[in-house]
Parts: sequence; structure tokens; C-alpha cells
Amino acid sequence: YTGKPNPSTGKYTVSFIEGDGIGPEISKSVKKIFSAANVPIEWESCDVSPIFVNGLTTIPDPAVQSITKNLVALKGPLATPIGKGHRSLNLTLRKTFGLFANVRPAKSIEGFKTTYENVDLVLIRENTEGEYSGIEHIVCPGVVQSIKLITRDASERVIRYAFEYARAIGRPRVIVVHKSTIQRLADGLFVNVAKELSKEYPDLTLETELIDNSVLKVVTNPSAYTDAVSVCPNLYGDILSDLNSGLSAGSLGLTPSANIGHKISIFEAVHGSAPDIAGQDKANPTALLLSSVMMLNHMGLTNHADQIQNAVLSTIASGPENRTGDLAGTATTSSFTEAVIKRL
Amino acid sequence: TLPKKYGGRFTVTLIPGDGVGKEITDSVRTIFEAENIPIDWETINIKQTDHKEGVYEAVESLKRNKIGLKGLWHTPADQTGHGSLNVALRKQLDIYANVALFKSLKGVKTRIPDIDLIVIRENTEGEFSGLEHESVPGVVESLKVMTRPKTERIARFAFDFAKKYNRKSVTAVHKANIMKLGDGLFRNIITEIGQKEYPDIDVSSIIVDNASMQAVAKPHQFDVLVTPSMYGTILGNIGAALIGGPGLVAGANFGRDYAVFEPGSRHVGLDIKGQNVANPTAMILSSTLMLNHLGLNEYATRISKAVHETIAEGKHTTRDIGGSSSTTDFTNEIINKLSTM
Ligand SMILES: Nc1ncnc2c1ncn2[C@@H]1O[C@H](COP(=O)(O)OP(=O)(O)OP(=O)(O)O)[C@@H](O)[C@H]1O
Ligand SMILES: Nc1ncnc2c1ncn2[C@@H]1O[C@H](COP(=O)(O)OP(=O)(O)OP(=O)(O)O)[C@@H](O)[C@H]1O
Ligand SMILES: [Mg+2]
Ligand SMILES: [Mg+2]
Repeated sequence: YTGKPNPSTGKYTVSFIEGDGIGPEISKSVKKIFSAANVPIEWESCDVSPIFVNGLTTIPDPAVQSITKNLVALKGPLATPIGKGHRSLNLTLRKTFGLFANVRPAKSIEGFKTTYENVDLVLIRENTEGEYSGIEHIVCPGVVQSIKLITRDASERVIRYAFEYARAIGRPRVIVVHKSTIQRLADGLFVNVAKELSKEYPDLTLETELIDNSVLKVVTNPSAYTDAVSVCPNLYGDILSDLNSGLSAGSLGLTPSANIGHKISIFEAVHGSAPDIAGQDKANPTALLLSSVMMLNHMGLTNHADQIQNAVLSTIASGPENRTGDLAGTATTSSFTEAVIKRL
Repeated sequence: TLPKKYGGRFTVTLIPGDGVGKEITDSVRTIFEAENIPIDWETINIKQTDHKEGVYEAVESLKRNKIGLKGLWHTPADQTGHGSLNVALRKQLDIYANVALFKSLKGVKTRIPDIDLIVIRENTEGEFSGLEHESVPGVVESLKVMTRPKTERIARFAFDFAKKYNRKSVTAVHKANIMKLGDGLFRNIITEIGQKEYPDIDVSSIIVDNASMQAVAKPHQFDVLVTPSMYGTILGNIGAALIGGPGLVAGANFGRDYAVFEPGSRHVGLDIKGQNVANPTAMILSSTLMLNHLGLNEYATRISKAVHETIAEGKHTTRDIGGSSSTTDFTNEIINKLSTM
């Protein structure tokens, strides 16, 4: 992140995509908490309702301009309009801004008991190729080929990011999760790139782990990974990151994430737009708040990040009266927000 | 087709495999001997050096005997050696359906009680096609192949299996939102066949990442899961962890002509090889599935009961499930139990 604050106000400008469904409610909560905490950020609202340009799903130019200028954006859940032939908006954003790495921490919340204890997992997923290459064809009726594409370049940049990230958050182990016993060339390339890069990071240990063993071990004992950052090709990352959320929270409802590019990064809650509870003051803003905390850390505003994170976590820990319905509590979005502000 | 009996006895191909394979198949052999089960073993050992020959030998033996009990062969991950011999064997015999049973055992402490789920995976295509190439340096394409005939047969296998064992629902696991053609084919065929040909069984589908999250949080919602090969690995290892580890999971591979019984979560256990600490339960329970397949149901029931009782009592269990007994102590206790039954 190379952004600078506005010299006249001393504040950083950040693009805000509020999103659909419960998006506006949870965004409002974030804004309130940020202003109560005096975070030096000015929000710039972005509308990313998709449009077609030459038949391709595209986001409107003002949004592209805003994010390109600000380098960071916070994003609520987006629902891709159905039936108009748009490709996924999340994918469109990733492509538009070259967001090659998806970072997903999954951490148990102290005081909120779930089935698994001491979950504190960090997973980095390659975000641009692999099984999501979109290259598929029907060879003849009834025979379909889907291509998983692994390139040295894309592998290198995401693995390098994983090493850097591990170093930045003080975790000594980087674990490459793969299935190179079966996909010997594709996953083999990914693993080899990691082995080459690890020479540049002598302070970190590189481990390689078959996805079978990784899944077995993490579900058996998640706490064995609290000092590690895992990195993997796209599909495994997609699956494992959801699995990790299942371990830490039992749902996607509390999980933040970051989409990282060379210049631009977008931070988002991974849950959906929850149309069933939209507009009812029931949504839990925690995932978006924790995403905003990741964003603050990324921007170097670590004191604000810690302050907000502690307030959010201690609010959840304080009891069911301060938890929203998804955590079997009785709080509303607004009462939860107030409770967080009190703890800042 | 069922294997033939000669002189009242069956010949079964025994492939111990690597890692703990020898110890856990020895356990089965000792128990079968003690029970006087009318089975003769034809043992195939593959040496590190002649693996191609070895797989050929195993395939020929299985073609003769039609039935086998197998541990896992280790696949080096470093690209220098051979590819997976396990996959080669399954493909050559076209044992296309892998079944793994994840059922909580009394006496094994786990986070979530009363797990009872089955994963049925396609063994011969999908991500395990083995078709890969480097188009230009630094660019690798790996083909996932999905075909209608193979998907139809795994679908029918899964529903027939569900019917036979009185299971209520079958769920197809897929990633059809991304792989619209490949996984779309899989999801659509499973759903169609279920709805048209098996009206008594509920059929549904779920995206693999959601399935994985749900499986660790609320596994009771699932009954029979049917998957392409890769997702089966993931859900199968979640299942193993849920019930207490890979040493407990029974499994089998079925084709039209052959059946090979093999622990349901396919771990070699190189790290504990030769230490007499492996849990042979997965292999013993897989062997009881084999006995049922051969129509030797009474033996199967007795052995399975003795295993369950030994684990439930908890006095002679292996360390993976919190005990301190050796593989052989555990095996001997099962034999003791059998002698009093
Ligand atoms: N922040 C939240 N607070 C409370 N409940 C939530 C939240 N996010 C999701 N949920 C609940 O989780 C369930 C799944 O909703 P979600 O929107 O994530 O999935 P979805 O149906 O796939 O939506 P989309 O199509 O937008 O991805 C819903 O019942 C929803 O109410
Ligand atoms: N029968 C068993 N009893 C107890 N523990 C077992 C058994 N089989 C496997 N394990 C354990 O499960 C874990 C995973 O096994 P392991 O890593 O050896 O298998 P693997 O990764 O499949 O081997 P490979 O690398 O050859 O594929 C190990 O900790 C191993 O000790
Ligand atoms: Mg996902
Ligand atoms: Mg969703």
C-alpha cells in the first residue's frame, strides 16, 4: 500500500462498495464505528452495478476510477443479477483490478464457544487461474474437459505474497497444500515454485502437505496450524477456506477476507447478501468489521485496527444480549454497533 | 459376478501395500486364521524397484480371484518416481466406485457424536485423469474429464447402494457454478437419475466448499454423498477426522467384475510403519465388508461385533484413539473376544 493521506484533511480516502441485501446495514455499522474511533478515513461510495461493455460484464467507470485512485476498497456482499447473463461480479472485480491473492483468516472468537477450540488459521488462495480458468469444452456429446491452468507467474506471485504475509504477521511456517501425487505437473509446478522461492526466505520454513493430510489434520486438531500460513491453488483454496470458517465459526458469517493485487486491494466479508433478513436490522456486521480491520492493518493503521478488533471481539464475548441472531443472540445490528462503540 | 469357491474355499488377493499395510493386514490374517475362515490368501508384494511389474502381477491376481484386500501404496510427491500405483490398479480393473463408511464407534471420543455418513466417489476419471501437459515452459494444463457414461454408472451405483442399505438421501457434491460443463454434467446426471429411477430416495446437490464447511459444523444433515474423485478426498478426510482418524474408516472399491476392499481413507501411515502402533480397525472392518460380499455373513458379524466391543471397552485400544495398546495386543483381544462368543 502506497497511498497517502489527503494533505488538507490528513485523511485517507477509501472506496466503499456497500453491496446488496444486508450490505447497506452492515456498511452503516462500519462507518459509525470508524467515525466513533476517529479513524482517519474518508469514504468514497462506489456503485458497481454491472453493465455490459462489448458484451462483457464490466463495472461502471466511476467505480473503476475511484478504486484505482484510492488503492483500497471495502466491500459488502454483492449479488450478481440473475438472468441477464452477467458473469460473477466478484470475478469481474478480481479481473479488473488484478487481485491475485485471496487472504482468509479464520479465528475462533474468545467467549463464543463452538465445536472446535483454538482455531486460528490463515489461508491464502491463488485467485486467478487453476480450476477457475473457465476453459471447458464438450469434446463430443457426453464427454467434457475442464482445464486447470497452472502458470509459473501466477504461482510465483501468490506464493511470494504468502511468504511476505507470513513474515509480516510473524508466523514461521508456510505450508503449500497440493495434490502433486495425482496432478504431477500442475500441482508439481506450484510446489516447485514454492521450493525455489523459499530460498529467499531463510527465516521461514516451507512445508508441503497433500490436501488429504491437510484436511485430516486441520479437522482433527486445528490448533496445530496457529503458527502457519497455508497457500494453495484456486479450488483447494476455495474449499479449504470455507472449511476453515466451518471450524472457526460454524459458518461463513464471521469470516473476513482480503483480495490482494500488486497495487490495489479489496477487503470484503465472504458471506452472501442474505436477502432473507435484509432491511430488518438483524444482520451481523462482524465479518465486514473484521475485513475493515484487515484493511487498516494493510494500510499501516495498526493502532486503529487493534482498537476496533478488540472492541468487536469483546462485544461478542460479552454475552448473548450483545450477539446477533446468527450467533443465537438477541442483539440487532444497531444495538450491536452501539455496544462496540461503547467498548472502543 | 461373485468369485468361485474351490473345495469350499475362496482365494483372495492380498496386497499389504506400504507403510502400516503389512501390520494391519497381518492383523486380519491372524483373526481369519483364528476363526477358521475358508479363505486362502494370494499375497502380492511390490518392491520399490519393480513397481510396474508389481501392479501387473496384482492386476492379474485380482482378475483370477475377482476379490482382494488391499493396503495403500505410497506415492512419492516429488515427481521423480512413479505416479500413483493405487490409481493405476483401480483404473486397470475399472473398479470405478469407491465407498467409504464414516460411522462413530462407541468408545472413541470425538467432538461430534453419532456420525453416520457414506462417501461414494468416482475412481477412474475427473481430476484423476492423469492427462496433463506443459504447453510452453511455465504453463501447465491439467485435464479434468467428465463423461456421461461414467457419471451415470456412479450415479446408479450410489442409488443402488443407498437403497440396499436403507439410506434416505443422496447428495451430489460439485462445483458446477465454476465448472459449468464438467461439474454441471455430474450434478445434472446424478439429480436426473435419482429423480427418475429412484423416487424413494431424496436427491439433492451441494457445492463442494459449502459441503466442506457444513460437514465440520453440522455433519448430521448428510447421509450418502456422491462425488467426483477430488472432492471425495476432501470430504473423506473430513469424515475420517470426525469419527476419530483414518485408522477407523472401512472402505471398498467396486467394479462390474471385481471388488477390492481397502481402508476408506487412503493413508499409508509411513510415519508409524513397523512400530506396531497402527490401528488395524479400518482394515478389519473393510475385511468384514469383504466377508459379506462373499456371503460369509456370520463371520463378518462376529468379527465386527468383537471389534466394536473391544473398542467400546477401551482397555486394549491403539494410541490414535487414546489407548496405549499395540496393534498385536488389540488384535489378540479381538481374538479373545471371538473365542468367548
Ligand atoms: N452478516 C450476516 N448476519 C446474519 N446472518 C447472515 C449474514 N450473512 C449471511 N447470513 C445468513 O446466512 C444464510 C446464507 O446467506 P448468504 O447470503 O451468505 O448466502 P446466499 O444465499 O448464497 O446469498 P448470495 O446469493 O448473496 O451469495 C442466510 O440465512 C443469511 O440470513
Ligand atoms: N492405520 C492407522 N492407524 C493409525 N494411524 C494411522 C493409520 N493410517 C494412517 N495413520 C495416520 O494418519 C496420518 C496420515 O497418514 P500418512 O501421512 O502416512 O498417509 P499418506 O499421507 O496418505 O501417505 P502418502 O504420503 O504416502 O500418501 C499419519 O499421521 C498416520 O500416522
Ligand atoms: Mg468458497
Ligand atoms: Mg453466497
